[in-house]
Amino acid sequence: MKKTIALLALAVLATACSQGSATRDTTPAEGGKVTLRYFTFSAAPDHEKDLDKIVQAFEKENPKVDVVVETAPYDQYFTKLQTSIAGGTAPDTFELNYENFVTYASAGSLLDLGTVAGDTAPTGFAEESLNSFKHAGKQFALPASFSTVVLFYNKELFEKAGVALPTADWTWADEQAAAEKLTDKKAKVYGDFQPVQFFEFYKALKQAGGTFLSDDGKKSTFNSPEGVKAATWLVSKVGKTMPTEAEIGGTADYDTNLFKSGKLAMWHNGIWQFAGLKDVPFEWDVVVEPGDATKASAVFHNSVAASAGTKHGKEAYAWAKFLASSNVAATTRIESSWELPPVSDQAVLDGYLKDPKPANRQAVFDSLKSIALPPVIKRQQEMQDAVTQELGNAAAGRATVQEALTAAAAKVDALLG
Amino acid sequence: MSLATEQAPPQVRRHAAPPRRTAGQRWRYAGTVAIFLLPSLIPLTLFTLVPMAGSLWVSLHEWDLLQPMRWVGLANYVELLGEEETRAAFLHTLYFIAGYLPLVYAGGLGLAMLLNRAMKGRNLFRAVYFLPVITSWVVVALMWKWLLNPASGIVNWALGLLGIDGPGWWTDPTWAMPSIILASAWKDLGFVMIILLAGLQAIPGEYHEAARVDGASAWQRFRSITLPLLSPSTFFVVVISLINGFQVFDQVHVMTGGGPGGATQVAVEQVYKMTFEYGRAGAASALSWLLFAVVLLVTLVQVRGQRRWVNYG
Repeated sequence: MKKTIALLALAVLATACSQGSATRDTTPAEGGKVTLRYFTFSAAPDHEKDLDKIVQAFEKENPKVDVVVETAPYDQYFTKLQTSIAGGTAPDTFELNYENFVTYASAGSLLDLGTVAGDTAPTGFAEESLNSFKHAGKQFALPASFSTVVLFYNKELFEKAGVALPTADWTWADEQAAAEKLTDKKAKVYGDFQPVQFFEFYKALKQAGGTFLSDDGKKSTFNSPEGVKAATWLVSKVGKTMPTEAEIGGTADYDTNLFKSGKLAMWHNGIWQFAGLKDVPFEWDVVVEPGDATKASAVFHNSVAASAGTKHGKEAYAWAKFLASSNVAATTRIESSWELPPVSDQAVLDGYLKDPKPANRQAVFDSLKSIALPPVIKRQQEMQDAVTQELGNAAAGRATVQEALTAAAAKVDALLG
Repeated sequence: MSLATEQAPPQVRRHAAPPRRTAGQRWRYAGTVAIFLLPSLIPLTLFTLVPMAGSLWVSLHEWDLLQPMRWVGLANYVELLGEEETRAAFLHTLYFIAGYLPLVYAGGLGLAMLLNRAMKGRNLFRAVYFLPVITSWVVVALMWKWLLNPASGIVNWALGLLGIDGPGWWTDPTWAMPSIILASAWKDLGFVMIILLAGLQAIPGEYHEAARVDGASAWQRFRSITLPLLSPSTFFVVVISLINGFQVFDQVHVMTGGGPGGATQVAVEQVYKMTFEYGRAGAASALSWLLFAVVLLVTLVQVRGQRRWVNYG
């Protein structure tokens, strides 16, 4: 029992301890300086220096504010954030992705930025982007960056195998045919890599022409012919043109390293990988992901929010606004290929195309023409886990695709009910 | 034994039956005792009893760690009892225990008997086998995860040399639980060994000698002398290992995180997920109390049942 209790004790104790830490935070730093904490997952490890640059520029403009950055890897981030909010030690400002925004906003954990904005309303944002982070008509977060998923490919492997390079007109069938030709198991070269999980599935589903949830959001609709098609598309790659789970063996960043080592021909991944691929010793490029019935690209949207309990609402808003839409932030992001700033100024965005690598950067903007946003429900994490788990069963051959989808749909419906 | 009791010095007896005291003296006596207990009582209260009471309180609420708790009475318990995941979590826990307990006991007993005889380097061996016990679970679990790595682990490499195509260990639902059982038994072997070794050493050599003179075989001596006289140690080991088995968490969390496909989703891992990933701290607390009830019940049954087979000589 000790361990079980200890786990929960943590949460309970955290609440008990909160008073102490909260009071400590309110005492202003020396010289009347305000310390503002910012918690993020997207900066580490590739972009800490870039974030530093933005912080310094902000502190120059706001000499009374001292921004303290805390980072955590994505897979630990939300556990940490949730516990710190429960314990009353929430950071003043923190990053939130679109999928989790609704959970936090509806729980009342976020500060309504409208109450602290004064006469400095957010300007310069792409309107759609700004609206994504409104809840019940209130602006609870400011969009800070977005990114899309594209198809990366290793040019040299294509040329060596004598396969025509991917184009924007490709469909799944083209991708599959190429992947089969490019896979060379003896040389441990794989043709394709697309993880079998929730995020790839909802997107493939849209590409196949299906929907994930009913319009009223009360029932799952992915257990459909389109759903079977999408899941089959993902699952059929495993063990043929893509390594199996056993071959991956739980290695961290397996796919990244496989691509970097020149042994992966096509890779479905996000544009946040650009910076990390700068120095690979071969030619590579990107193209909009192949579609099926239609094209659809996954868009990940990150925002910066302020904690409902922060004592520095005004400073928090100033920092959020600076991080989200200032010129410094936008150019820093663009220059370092650190996702895209959600700004409406096309001139700023055009700077993104100046970087010569990858050559077809235009694909990033093209992918925005037809996007797939993840379905969002209150019990988000459980839904994602359930879908990923059932698809995994199908990928490992423990269930048929139809069985997996039926099971996943039953679980998701239970979560919605 | 009787000799020792007769020779006990008289002052020991006086302690056992303190002289009559006035109320004031009794209070002072209680105060003295309390002061001596304080160093362990404070952390026990602060870190075990208070959180336990807290989790009972939380279990009667709906709580996502973000919003204030909302009273729901026994709804969490009712919900859990109807959930397929709860049943699966307990079944996986029982599977773990069914594999772990016999393995760790048989292994520990074998080691204890080997190391109970006069041999060179005996103390070194005892220390070596005890090392995993005092090693952090995270370290041990990571080590086994790498040893059993389906792609690059040394175990599958060695099996490959023998012409055997090693299984997917923790990536294959069939093998994931056996992998965890193996790692757990390996780590706890030394603990069981030490307890049983102490038990073995308490068995007077004359018994074995007398049996040997009477012509009893090695197996007969083991069966009729060693096992019965070892039963108090066995009882202790079984009770402790069962409780530990019900609480299995660290190795699961590190090695499989409950996967693949939920094949190793044991009760405490479920508690962790529900609290920190799914925002269901109330239901998770209720699940810990269900687990507590099961452990308590099993332990009570064991304590009652011990009369039948535990021999305190």
